[in-house]
This record gives sequence, structure tokens and C-alpha cells, in this order.
Amino acid sequence: MYVAVKGGEKAIDAAHAWLAEERRGDVNVPELSVEQIREQMTLAVNRVMAEGSLYDPDLAALAIKQSRGDLIEAIFLIRAYRTTLPRFGSTNPVDTEAMQCDRRISATFKDAPGGQILGPTFDYTHRLLDFKLAADGEAPEAPRRETQAGPVPHITDFLNKEGLIQTEADSDETPRDLTREPLELPADRALRLQSLTRGDEGFILGMAYSTQRGYARNHAFVGELRIGTCAVEMDIPELGFAVEIGEIELTECETVNQFAGSKSEPPQFTRGYGLVFGQTERKAISMALVDRALRWKEMGEDNMGAPAQDEEFVLYHADNIQATGFLEHIKLPHYVDFQSELELVRKMRAEAQAQTMPEAAE
Amino acid sequence: MHATALTGGFAEAPQDAARAFRAVMNVMARPGLIEVLTGAEPPAPMSRAAGTLALTLLDGNTPVHLAGALDCPDLRDWITFHTGAPFAGREHAAFAFGEWDDLLPLNGYPIGNPEYPDRGTTLVVEMPALETTGATLRGPGIKDTAALNLPDPAALQANAMQFPLGLDFFFTCGDRIAALPRSTKVEAA
Amino acid sequence: MNQEYNFAYLDEQTKRMIRRAILKGLAIPGYQVPFASREMPMPYGWGTGGVQVSASVLTPEDTMKVIDQGADDTTNAVSIRKFFEKTAGVATSEETAKADVIQTRHRIPEEDLREDQILVYQVPIPEPLRFLEPRETETRKMHALEEYGLMHVKLYEDISKNGAISTSYAYPVKVEGRYVMDPSPIPKFDNPKLEMAAIQLFGAGREQRIYALPPYTKVVSLDFEDYPFEASKADHACDLCGSETSYLDEVIMDDAGGRMFVCSDTDFCHSRRAAGHVGAQGVPFEEDAA
Repeated sequence: MYVAVKGGEKAIDAAHAWLAEERRGDVNVPELSVEQIREQMTLAVNRVMAEGSLYDPDLAALAIKQSRGDLIEAIFLIRAYRTTLPRFGSTNPVDTEAMQCDRRISATFKDAPGGQILGPTFDYTHRLLDFKLAADGEAPEAPRRETQAGPVPHITDFLNKEGLIQTEADSDETPRDLTREPLELPADRALRLQSLTRGDEGFILGMAYSTQRGYARNHAFVGELRIGTCAVEMDIPELGFAVEIGEIELTECETVNQFAGSKSEPPQFTRGYGLVFGQTERKAISMALVDRALRWKEMGEDNMGAPAQDEEFVLYHADNIQATGFLEHIKLPHYVDFQSELELVRKMRAEAQAQTMPEAAE
Repeated sequence: MHATALTGGFAEAPQDAARAFRAVMNVMARPGLIEVLTGAEPPAPMSRAAGTLALTLLDGNTPVHLAGALDCPDLRDWITFHTGAPFAGREHAAFAFGEWDDLLPLNGYPIGNPEYPDRGTTLVVEMPALETTGATLRGPGIKDTAALNLPDPAALQANAMQFPLGLDFFFTCGDRIAALPRSTKVEAA
Repeated sequence: MNQEYNFAYLDEQTKRMIRRAILKGLAIPGYQVPFASREMPMPYGWGTGGVQVSASVLTPEDTMKVIDQGADDTTNAVSIRKFFEKTAGVATSEETAKADVIQTRHRIPEEDLREDQILVYQVPIPEPLRFLEPRETETRKMHALEEYGLMHVKLYEDISKNGAISTSYAYPVKVEGRYVMDPSPIPKFDNPKLEMAAIQLFGAGREQRIYALPPYTKVVSLDFEDYPFEASKADHACDLCGSETSYLDEVIMDDAGGRMFVCSDTDFCHSRRAAGHVGAQGVPFEEDAA
């Protein structure tokens, strides 16, 4: 005897309880604190802040704890929290030239004013599992040196002095806000950059990689990659000047790309740009490559039909919260649509059978 | 800023706005239907219904045009204080408020474009009276026919001819409101 | 009610933006109005568009009903109903007749809706032309120019290949002779019900679109003179309540091919059984409840 399924509510409550238990894991192992995640899983925290579009290391660490280390789930928690926050105002653009750099490298010049700083990078580590770390994670203190004070000029500025690199259009216009207005195409560069900086690291990386392999290749060099902290300032109308309200860690990448020039313009280098919250250099470099690929129209380049040149394709598929939601929704019940397909296939098969075997049908 | 600007808002904004929107949506979905719309107390000469609609729908993203007698300091201050909506000429208005003659000519307002027909202005017309008699209305939202005392059936007929482009109208009188979207076919009585 | 969040979760500015979109949607029936969808605390694809629309139309006095696949007790329906109980403090009901606002995924209730009711659909892909043309920039032009030839070609190709139109759900409709619209993935059995007394609102969160059908709007399922539209369902009666007119779910009973058909609209089935109707495999209502 069949009784219509009931008990969805109970099943959900039980699933949530089980989830909480699994999140905690073996209770004989000490619980992870939010501070531990924030301090020791920093790059995960950075990714969650960048793609969650909210700069708050503590909340990002909490989200990672709550999501059992599923970073897309953690990003989702941050996004959902972010939308409930009231907006008090907008800050002034950050001045990355005034960045306190922890890392600054250039692939185009051996040295430049301000110097190269390797900083805390994995680049030259040999990727050998460090079994010592399993037992003892304490690290010796790193050597220190006074850094020079004052702004560190961008390396592309040196190229610009000779007019060798295209000058970017400067505008005081307030860019449109992807989180407050529906995406409308064609999108201008500011909107594209907004989308890329919060886009999925894996997706942006894949797109960037495809340009390197020849799908709209644009010959990128890392003109400069810098990571460090920048002051965030906000104009206070009552005071008549800007005050510093905090500082954030940023990764900025400017690529130097080839440009063939045209009849009217002598050859010049062009740029791609990436700017991402936290120490997130894979993402920032990828972003710069994809930014450059998306600029084909403005540069008078050919549309190679490459995925990374296709603004609609890139912008509509870069967001992992949209993508994961829609992907995972196919596990929701689809009894009704499936039933309608089932009926249709049965009916069409019956009709086909009746046609091929008219005698049998009689 | 005059003190009247600070008063006359919603007592309980989320709940009041929700109730007000229900009435606003009902009339837009059923051209010719008249509903009571209250909650706000705007300064004269704006009607209570128009003021409530303003607080329900306007904010910093909706340029608003005030026509004729409604374009007065008291009302401007009130709208600024309660909604933050910027004032604009009719050619940039998302919403326009006024009496019919003051709102004319209709061809001064955006009617949207073929790809985004929703970008047409919504006009809120203050009426001396609001009755379900007069021009005959047909179209979406109307079972057979409806009737409303429209100010100028011919002009509204012409507006509907532009469908899917065009203007959408609310008509207010005291604490009552009705609507005429561009989709409604108008026949003079 | 949870005081940490605003009434019905969304902040007032977001609600105003959505309310304006709803009004334009009602003024241009079948046209997809872009709106700045917010991230919700449930995933995109799980009803965020419907939830945002419901949150913007609910009043504190309303009674709400949430169904998924016609049923009130499917997990996602339960989850969304709980969300509104918590954030809007509204009353909820499983009875279609008692609800002021009904949020649905994939079904239209069997019982006729009234003028004072609002039906909110969750929509995954609002663009009916999307599977023929993936580019938004192109489909927007096609709607602007009323260029729907591609859709008719697709349907006709179906007929020539399969002898029938092979779309059985999300069957496209033309609204008031102008816009081709996706009715959301309801079975085509439900299409004739799209002309109704209630206000119908469609919300697509991830795709950032809202559209609407005012009451009694003319909605025609696309078809051809020689292949007219047919609202089909399983050729059975409900095995629990005996209804011969309701849309049915097929339930597999054992691994020997045993199956039964039951109403997908659980409230409809329940009230029929309460009124004494018994299907071929059903038992009288009182016994089951005991």
C-alpha cells in the first residue's frame, strides 16, 4: 500500500544535524578555531574574500570552518551575508602606487626603482612534502630588513615615459555596479574587471591559459606583480576631506602585451590588468590576461572566435556561485518534467510501433 | 528645509510599503480597478495616494519629475528627505507626478526602446475625480471590459498604439488609485 | 519572526527595485524585465528568483503556500516555506484555497485560482529562445523585432523528425499576440491554465529577469494548424483519489514493474480523499490517517 511521501521537514532537520556532526569530525581531535584558519589557511581566506567580494578575514575564516573547507560553499556564505549589509557610501579609488609591498616582481626589467621583492612566495620551493611539518609546524623567524618608505612607481610608468605603452583612458565617472544593476551587454571595461575579480579562480585561470595556448594569444609578460597593503580612504562631506578608514591587502598585476600598431598609430605595447583582494597572484595574473583578451575590439584586433575574447561567454560563466547553484539544482526533484517526457516518449513509441506493425495493431 | 519635510513618512516602513505595494500592483494588474492607497501624508498639493506611491517606489535610482503645482519646495523637500530620489526633467524621468495638463505633452517622456521597452516613464496623474465610468478598457488584466474616467482617451489610445513601447499611468485622487498600463486598449465612451 | 533581518529578508531598496520591475512586467505582459538579482541564502537555481519576488509582494497579513512539483512536502518547498515563516512571520498553509501568495516550482495547482491570489513561479531559464540561440544579445534583438521564426522552425523540425512536437514541459507560449514566453518548466498539461484570474509573476534570480501575466491575459501555446497543441497527461486516474483530470506522478512500487499513478498536486489529492473519493489502490481517508 502506497502512502504519499511525507516527512521532508524531518529529513531536512536530520540531514542538518548529521552535517554539523561531520563538520566537527572526530571529537578526540581538538576543534579548529577561526583564528587558526585565519592565520594558517590565509590563502584560502584570501580566495574566499576575493570571490565573496567582502574584505573581512575573520568572517571568511568562519565561513571556511562552517563549510568544512569547501571554498565555493564558503564564498557563497560570504556573498549571502554581504547582500544583507547596508551600504553607507563608497571609498575613493585605492592608490596602488602607495602600496606597502610585500612582494614586487617584474618579468620585463631586471631591476627598477623600488627594487624587486620576492616576498612570501612558493615560486622557488621544491614541491616536496615536508614531513617535519606533520609533527612540528613552528617556523624560524625570517630575516628582516628596513624597507624604503614612499611610493613605489609602477613599472609600466617607465615604459610610458617613452610612449612605448598605451595610456589608459582616465575617467572620474563612477563605474556601474555589477552587484546593484543587472548585467547589460556590451559591458565596459570597468564592469568586466568587476566581474573578473570576483569570478571563479579556476574559470579565469582556464580562460587565461587558453589565450596562452593560442586561443586569441596576446603575448603577455608580467610587467609587474605587486602584493601589499593599501590604505582605504573615504571622503567625508562634513569634513571636506578624505579620512583613512582602514587598509586592505591587494594583489595587482599589469601585463605588457604586444600590439602591432596601425597606419595611424605607431606600434605600442598594451596592457592587461588584474586587481584582487589578498595575496592571490594566480588569480590576478589570470585576470590580467583575460582582461587583455576581452579588449580586442577596442584594440582593433580580429575576433578569433576564441572563448576568452567572448565577453558574453566569459561574464555569464565566470561566477562560481551562479554556476554551482544552477549545476546542483538538477539534483532537485524534476518528477513533473520527467513525467511529461516519459509520457511523450511512450506515446511516440506506441505510434511508431503501430506504423511499422499495422497487422499487429489490429 | 521646512519641518513638514520630516513628517508624513511610513510609520513602519517595511510593512507599510508592502501593503501599499499590494494595492499598487493590484491596480496595475487590473486596469480600471480602484483601490485605496494610504500610509503616507505628503504636503499639499500632493494626494495621499500619490505620496504613498512615491514612498513605495522612489529612491536614489529613480529620477523624478514634478509638474505644475506639485513642483514646490515643500514637496521637493519631502521627497528628498523620504526617498532621496533625484529631480529631473521629463526627458530623464523614471516617474512623473502632476495634474494631466501640467504633465503634457506626453511625447517628452522616454517610452523605452525595442530591446528595453521597460524603460518608459511611469506617470502619476492627480485627478479631480476617479470613477469607473467613461472610456472602455480592454486587454490584459481585464476579464471582459472595464471603464475609467480617463482625462484624454485619444492620447491614451495613441500611447497604447506604441506597444510594447510607451508610458504607464497611475491615476490618483485623495486616497484612491487606479492604473492604465500601455497594454490596455482604450475606447472613448 | 527573526529580528536580525528586515521584514521578508530583503532590504527595502532591493524590494523597491524588484517592485518596480514587477510593475513594468505587468505593463508589458510576457516581456522579461532585467533586475539586479541579489544573492540569497539559498543557491541560485533553487528558487532565488521566486523567493525575491515573493519577498517583494508579501504583506504581513498574507498566508503563503509553497509547492515544488505540485507538493508541499518536497524538501525544497519545505525549505522555502520555512524561510518565509522565519523572515516574514507570515502564516503558511498547504491548502491552495487558503493561500494569498503561492510560490511554485514546475506546476500550476489543479484548483482554479481566484482574483485575490498571486502565483509566483521559480524560473531557471527565462528565455524561451535560449536553447536555440545561447547569446542574450541575439535573443534580445529577436524579441525586439518579434522575430520568432527560429522557434517555429524548431517545433516543425520536431514534427518532421518525430511526428510530434517533442517539447513536453516549458512549452513556449505567445502572450497577447506579442512576446514569446517561457512558462517555466511546467508540464504542457498546465499550459491552458496560464489564462487565469490570479496575478502570475515569474522570477529568474540567476538570470536576473522578472516577467508577469496580469489576470485573464491571452496566452496561446505555439502550434501549427495541422499539429494543434495538446495538453497531455498520463492516461490513468489517480490511484489514491481517483481523479481523472489531474496531472499524475508515476511511482515505482517494486522491481517487478509494479507502479501506480498519483496526483502531483498533493493538496488537491488530499482534499479529494477527505471528501470521500477513493482511487483504485487507495483506502478510505480515515483509515490512512489513523
